[in-house]
Amino acid sequence: MAPAFEPMIGRYLRTEIDGVPHRIYFEEAGRGIPLVCLHTAGADGRQYRHLMSDPEVTRRFRVLAFDMPWHGKSTPPDGWQKDEYRLTTASYTAAIRAFCRAMELDRPVLMGCSIGGRIVLNLAIAHAAEFRALIALEAADFQQPWYDTAWLHRPDVHGGEVCAALVSGLIAPQSPSASRHETLWMYMQSGPGVFKGDLYFYRVDGDLRDKVEAIDTSACPLYLMTGEYDFSCTPEDTLRTARHIPGAEVQIMKELGHFPMSEYPAKFREYILPVLERIAGAA
Amino acid sequence: MTPVQRFERLANLLAADPDLRHRGRWVQVECRVEIGAETFHLAIRDGALEEFARGRRLMRSVAFSIRGSDEAWQRHWQRIPEPGWHDLLALTKRGEASIDGDLRPLLQNLQYFKDLLALPRRLTEGP
Repeated sequence: MAPAFEPMIGRYLRTEIDGVPHRIYFEEAGRGIPLVCLHTAGADGRQYRHLMSDPEVTRRFRVLAFDMPWHGKSTPPDGWQKDEYRLTTASYTAAIRAFCRAMELDRPVLMGCSIGGRIVLNLAIAHAAEFRALIALEAADFQQPWYDTAWLHRPDVHGGEVCAALVSGLIAPQSPSASRHETLWMYMQSGPGVFKGDLYFYRVDGDLRDKVEAIDTSACPLYLMTGEYDFSCTPEDTLRTARHIPGAEVQIMKELGHFPMSEYPAKFREYILPVLERIAGAA
Repeated sequence: MTPVQRFERLANLLAADPDLRHRGRWVQVECRVEIGAETFHLAIRDGALEEFARGRRLMRSVAFSIRGSDEAWQRHWQRIPEPGWHDLLALTKRGEASIDGDLRPLLQNLQYFKDLLALPRRLTEGP
């Protein structure tokens, strides 16, 4: 019997980000329009494995998901042990643009979730011409914090377990048990302080109130999609953001939470396929 | 059943869940849970309820207290709770619940406590 391979393949990319050498792990599947996927804070590109296994997607899209530096199988840069990891708008933007440039992608579609959704809004403001379309999942210009991130990295609390337990409530109750726990497993595997460092961008550095008005959706279409059970980026947060962006398309997704692509892939598919269909149709 | 009547069944619900007791096998803590105006005292040893009593225990210190309105618990314990009522920290974010005291044992065992406090959901009739 032939080995039962899944369709995606993984490789390591050598590239510089802001002049610093990096070794970036990514997976890809499919052919056609490049679709770059950004994982949530404290997780990695495996969140998109169902999208990469979906022939309805991969027959027209080359789906690529890379692990951000410090995440998944991407190595932190030399000397990482001397600094506290903190993601910023500048470093996040640089990493995404470096990956797309090194991979020689021609105006990819960019889809990001959570912090990935927030940076999609940043890129819509500052670099829209580089992308064919932008999809922001669980994104808003600002979200009210609901816990103290100091708990995420301290010696008397297990970082992986507390990160997973905090975000578990952002998963919709309808999520199949296996998908829910696979989503949480990725949080349990994150390196010490990485989730906390990602949230620095989210909470301190990435406030986009009064900035999203600058987004020109005629230069690049923008889709905002948020799960109804996401109480971190609430549907109200996303709808408020969309009201400030003329031409932005917004959808609230039923029976989904903060991790639509991994917590309930079959349900997310119902929402994302029509969006990808429209993007492919416009190509 | 009122939220208080449901919560009174907590000991039976936990006794019927060996998986949750196993996941809580390192939990050793005394805490207080308030269901509306009613107080419950919980002494947890090795993930099991060593003591579970309705009403205040005089002069008895606890590590932390979790308070929620009757409405918060009633909606939290729907078979499929509505968005924003489905998680302990969703309740605290919306101001329908609060947590005070030494949060360390709570955060060290957060999933255990979330699951423990969601157990009365199993008493909800429904399709």
